[in-house]
Parts: sequence; structure tokens; C-alpha cells
Amino acid sequence: MSIISRGFRGRRSEGPPERVPPGQHLTDDFPVLSAGPTPHTPLEEWTFTIEGGAEPVSWSWDEFRELPSETVTVDIHCVTRWSKLDTVWEGVSVDTLLDRVEHDASYLLAFCDGGYTTNLPLEHVTDGKAWVAFNYGGEPLEPEHGGPARLLVPHLYFWKSAKWVRGLALRDEDEPGFWESNGYHLLGDPWQEQRYWGD
Amino acid sequence: MAGAAVLGRLTWLATEVIGATAETPRVRTLQLQAESWPGHRAGQHLDVRLTAEDGYQAFRSYSIATAPDDELAITVERLDDGEVSPYLVDELREGDRIEVRGPIGGYFVWDGSERGPLLLIGGGSGIVPLMAMIRHRAGSGSSTPTRLLYSSRTLEDVIYQEELDELAARRNGFELFHTLTRSQPAGWTGYGRRIDGEMLRDVAWPAAEEPQVFICGSTRFVDTAADSLVALGYEPPSVKTERFGATG
Repeated sequence: MSIISRGFRGRRSEGPPERVPPGQHLTDDFPVLSAGPTPHTPLEEWTFTIEGGAEPVSWSWDEFRELPSETVTVDIHCVTRWSKLDTVWEGVSVDTLLDRVEHDASYLLAFCDGGYTTNLPLEHVTDGKAWVAFNYGGEPLEPEHGGPARLLVPHLYFWKSAKWVRGLALRDEDEPGFWESNGYHLLGDPWQEQRYWGD
Repeated sequence: MAGAAVLGRLTWLATEVIGATAETPRVRTLQLQAESWPGHRAGQHLDVRLTAEDGYQAFRSYSIATAPDDELAITVERLDDGEVSPYLVDELREGDRIEVRGPIGGYFVWDGSERGPLLLIGGGSGIVPLMAMIRHRAGSGSSTPTRLLYSSRTLEDVIYQEELDELAARRNGFELFHTLTRSQPAGWTGYGRRIDGEMLRDVAWPAAEEPQVFICGSTRFVDTAADSLVALGYEPPSVKTERFGATG
């Protein structure tokens, strides 16, 4: 039972209920959230690596960009309560990347420039659910939004879409990443409002 | 560790507004009395939930302004096209009740036991979580050398002005540096421009002293400050940032 806030009417810009999860409101901006300075890794030094399989697999920027990519239009939901509809990204499907790796892992820990990590069950990044994105709105992804490349896992809260991602460490067990060790939910499903520990 | 206190599920708590203080023409502090607030660390935030008579609800996050040992309070800036902040700044009165959930966040926090001097850099209402740290430092008798660089548009927009001046006047290791970006009063001795690398070189502790850094403000403000400190040799992991978008 909620307390009525005397005199509060609200603006009711929730958007279509089947597309905006509970407790979210729509924004036209693209707010930036990150825990530290923006890294600026030159493309010639950039690599993307998958560890924890039979052999580590690594791509240079040029090799990565030669992989088949997809353009997807998705809704994104930040745990700070904004959602943004119909965002357009281009990236390499995580399925495409994992195809090159022999493994039997159930989880992964994405790792990034700047030391950020986030954990994901493998079933939440396979079968067309996640990408390593390098274009946003038809333009190269800006550093403040995670460029040159970020993870894109739109069906989970956006902290899972790790900026400045440099690789995936395959794991047998689920290991909390950065925000997951700092009070935020291990999975982060916005439709279940899995925001914080215990949700 | 103190963070263990938030391990359980965070539930919505009814709070009563027991005080409302105008900090500037656009900013107000709300003192909240919660029946069972679990306590917080300096720098954490909370979620506010407002409910209209027909059941419609709106949610926003706000930084906690007070030290862990003080009464709970948030400081809110009115965003003119916002949905929640105009209600909190202009409508809410003493005796009204709102619901909160928290505390949230275990990263942008300063407990007082960390090594190294403290460098706090705030833009506008980005001062709020930093003020919780400054109040915690003062209230706990900490001698941690602390510098605050605080950017406001005009002198009228400076939040917590008297309290900051009073704390700096104690000369016990807390130093205050203002910059006013839009206009400066006659005889102003602080900075009078947007923050930049040169200003940070003047104010920041040498990187070799391994300061703990907390930066809070708009995206552009935070990026400028953080990039400048990295250029001055600060280790990126020592620079903790919190950015706010205008989400109302």
C-alpha cells in the first residue's frame, strides 16, 4: 500500500506499457553513467579477447570489424529509471564471437578498459540476445557512451551493457562484477525490477 | 563492512518531511524522518517514490546530503521541465509524507578510513553527495586533508554556502575553492570560469600523495575534471565519478 503524495499529479510520460518496464520513465536524452574516467584506448592497441575456452581467442580492431555485423533496433532500460525506445546499434553478435570458441561454460564476466566488469549467464547473451556494438545511430560509438565498442544486452538493465568492453571471460560459476558487488542485482531483469540485492 | 547492512531486500519506507530549507532559489533540502532507516554511508543515494491519487507513480534517485550519524536529508534541484523535482522543491510541505528506498550504491562512498587526502570536485547540485562526505569528515573529527573545488553558475546558486564557509574557517584541513562560471560579484577572489586543467593543477593534490577523488556533476563537467586529473598523473581507479543526466 503506497502513501498518496498530496497534490502530486505527475506527467504520465510512461509510454507504451508493453515496452516500458515498471518504475521506468522515457527519456529522449542519452544520459551517461560511469564510475570513473573515460578510457581512450587507440584502435591500434584495441583487442577483443575471449578467455576461458579451450584456447583464448583474440581479434584486433580490424579483424573484429571484418566479422559479420548486424544492425538492431532495441529499447534500453537504465537502473537509474530512464528508458529509451528504438535505439539503433550496429555490432557483432555474441553468438558470432562464441562460435569461434570451444567451451562448456555457463557464465561469463565481461571485462573492460578502466577495470569495469559485469557478469552474465551465457543463456542471456546467446541466441541473438547480445552484441558487441561499435555504431550507435549510424555513427561510431562515442567514448562517453562506451566507444570504440560496448556490450549491448538490451533485455537487461543497461549496466550489463558494459562500456569499453575488451573481452569475455568464460566461467563455470556466476561471479559478481563491479556493480553486482556494490549493491546491484546479480542478473538485472527490468521486467522483474531486479535493481538491487534482494530484489 | 558497513555495506553489509544493505544485504537484505530494500523496502519502501514511509518518511515524514520534518524540515524544508531553501538552499538557493532553485534548490531545497528536505529533512526526512523514517521509522526504520537502516543507516547510510557518505555518498550513497536513495530512490523516491511519489504516488498520485489515481495510483500513478513516479520514481527518481537523489543523493543523500547528510552524514551517516545525522538525520536523513536529500537536497533537490528544480528542473523546470521535470516531473518530480518541481513537486519536491515547490509543493512538498512539512508534515507531508513521501516514500523512499535505500541506501543505494557502495562505490561512490567515503567512510573516513581510506588512505590519502581527499579531493572533492562538484558542479552545481553535484555538491550533494560530496557534502555528505564533508559533513562526515567534520562530524567524525577526521583530520583527513580535504579540498573541495565547487563550480556554480553564480554566487546565488552556491548550495550550503554558509556551512561550507564556516567549515573552511575552522582551518583544520578542509580547504574550499569556488569557481563561478556565469557571473562574479565585485571583489570576487575565487575562480571565474568553467573548470579546466589549469584550475585542477592549481587545486589538486600532487598525484604522488595518492588522493582519493570524488567528482559529481554533469557529464561534461565530470569528463573535464576526470580527464584533467588523469593527465596530471592520477591513477584512473582512484578517480570515482558520478554523473547526472537531466532526468527530472
